[in-house]
Amino acid sequence: MTREAYHKALKELQNELLKMGEMVAKAIKDSVDALKTRDIDVSMEIIKNDLLINKKRFEIEEKCLLLIATQQPMAIDLRTIAAILSIITDLERMADHAEGIARINVMIGKEPLVKPLIDVPRMADKGLSMLSRCLKAFIDRDADSARTICNEDDEVDKLYEQTYGELVHLMIDNPKVIEGATYLIWVSHNLERIADRVTNIAERVVFMVTGKMEEINVSNY
Amino acid sequence: MVTMDTAFRIERLNIFYGEKRALKEVNFNIPAKTVTAVIGPSGCGKSTFIRCLNRMNDLIPVFRLEGKIEYDGMDIYSKEIDVIDIRRQIGMVFQKPNPFPKSIYENVAYGLRIQGIREKKTLDSVVEESLKKAALWDEVKDRLHDSAISLSGGQQQRLCIARALAVEPKVILFDEPCSALDPIATAKIEDLITELKEDYTVVIVTHNMQQAARVSEYTGFFMLGEMVEFDNTQKIFTAPSNKMTEDYITGRFG
Repeated sequence: MTREAYHKALKELQNELLKMGEMVAKAIKDSVDALKTRDIDVSMEIIKNDLLINKKRFEIEEKCLLLIATQQPMAIDLRTIAAILSIITDLERMADHAEGIARINVMIGKEPLVKPLIDVPRMADKGLSMLSRCLKAFIDRDADSARTICNEDDEVDKLYEQTYGELVHLMIDNPKVIEGATYLIWVSHNLERIADRVTNIAERVVFMVTGKMEEINVSNY
Repeated sequence: MVTMDTAFRIERLNIFYGEKRALKEVNFNIPAKTVTAVIGPSGCGKSTFIRCLNRMNDLIPVFRLEGKIEYDGMDIYSKEIDVIDIRRQIGMVFQKPNPFPKSIYENVAYGLRIQGIREKKTLDSVVEESLKKAALWDEVKDRLHDSAISLSGGQQQRLCIARALAVEPKVILFDEPCSALDPIATAKIEDLITELKEDYTVVIVTHNMQQAARVSEYTGFFMLGEMVEFDNTQKIFTAPSNKMTEDYITGRFG
């Protein structure tokens, strides 16, 4: 085995990506939990910590550029770095959606939610499960798993449609809940977008493994 | 993709140096008017291969060839072939610049002189034309009668290219043309190679994979005397089909 320092740096880069993935997953999970438990402090914390995620993204980007500039990566290594550069953008945007949910919780403040959260946590769980398996597929270089994950986005889309429908009905029945229901539509829209971003990541995993750019599941939203 | 004309057709090529087999069952076609790079670790047979294309190995007593190399439809190892003519059509530039200890002008005119061409007008115009094609004219036009040895390494290498171009070849073989040159001289030669493919078929052997990636349209990867993979350069360097190719170009062995 030659070029050990280079391959070690490449491996570290992948670990950094996993770390960023964990940070983002935690932000998503906490944002929905805080909404459920009406915990404003946790939401404020998520908003603050988003800066750390942004910082992490820039760190990883810089390391990618450094490896490209100094090591002239080729083939699978080049595709891995290209995939990482794309994935960190998606992760960073996912964290922004989590931050968005946290901000909504702060805006709702002390008001009670207009309906109990049932499908919203389901969307979050589904998105998080997709994300964690997607990052595993990245590490395992598993294109088949990545393709499967893309197709699971439809489940999240269905939950979004269901939530949206219910909330619209609530608003028609009682215009007083329009504001509160709109907040929850925003929340579910953020979660829907999070799952879409996971499919982007999955497409990058497929590209990394096969070298082919495939659009696997086009979202309806 | 536009269908390319084939310059060389290599069929079941096996090369032996005495008992040792240097190339094993090599089969592929080299397209005309493109740059084809040959890469691989030391001792993989890439120089042996390129030297077969204009019969430069003929002088090695223990050299033996099986199989076939067709250039432009002719079997270049058949008995009827005029080796001198083959080498005129298929020029070669070597690792180290090897100008003759003569003037710049005489280096370029040398090939024509041995063909018996003496008219000064013809020689002048071919020398100028060849030096221009080799991107050296502007640097030497005022001192054409200075010794070629006074040129820098990069200039000497371009002079050797001009010398090869002067006899109007169809193909130019480059055997590690930049390995003795600094990055700027290398960049000049690479630019030149890119221009040459408009009119010539270029085959380049290089240790420098980035160079292969930069200058060629097609790349062949050799390993232990075998052609492991031959494909579009873009494919070879972004998503090669063969694991050995991938391991080599990503530096996992070699």
